[in-house]
Amino acid sequence: MHLLSFGKLSHLALDGVDIPADVADSDALRRFLGKRWPELNAPGVLLAVNQTLVRGSVPISPGDEIAFLPPMSGG
Amino acid sequence: MIRITGKPVDAAAELREFLGVAGEGAVASFIGTVRAMGGVETLTLDHYAGFTEKQIGAVVDRLVADFELTAATVIHRHGAMRPGDTILFAATAAPHRRAALDALDRLVDELKTHAPFWKKELRNGTEHWLEPPVIAPAETRA
Repeated sequence: MHLLSFGKLSHLALDGVDIPADVADSDALRRFLGKRWPELNAPGVLLAVNQTLVRGSVPISPGDEIAFLPPMSGG
Repeated sequence: MIRITGKPVDAAAELREFLGVAGEGAVASFIGTVRAMGGVETLTLDHYAGFTEKQIGAVVDRLVADFELTAATVIHRHGAMRPGDTILFAATAAPHRRAALDALDRLVDELKTHAPFWKKELRNGTEHWLEPPVIAPAETRA
């Protein structure tokens, strides 16, 4: 699983984290990572799975690219 | 065309290139530069490669359809910039001026509010991320 974060979350070392096999959906991933980095679950932090924004919980798999997107500044 | 680049944007060259594909009628263009407002020394834009282009592309596609544009382009900087640097070149083309001007106005507004960028300012030797109001990109809005 390829984990990414941007903006004020970009300093988090997400990509070195081992994700347990029982973390099979995006809500479970948020809960798992949120124990170490509560800011990932702050209001306004969106989730993109394979570059598509998702709402609610969706299934995830080891080959997915998952990005945490804090509130965007615009261009 | 949508291009997010870490290299300086030559707006005059981009306009010349756009004129080559714009077709007849009207061309409207916008150049945005970094402001030194409040003592900003450096503005750095973070983006999500691929995703940012896709989101901006969706906005452009919608405006091309809504305003019957013959062409539209967005060239946007990422990375570190200094005041005066070009951050955005945007242009629209249509058979008539009103469509080109109105579409460009909407395009720039949407880029300013919903484009997936994250801004960090350097002021007085201190960096901080801008904390925008919570907004949603186009595809999550009702």
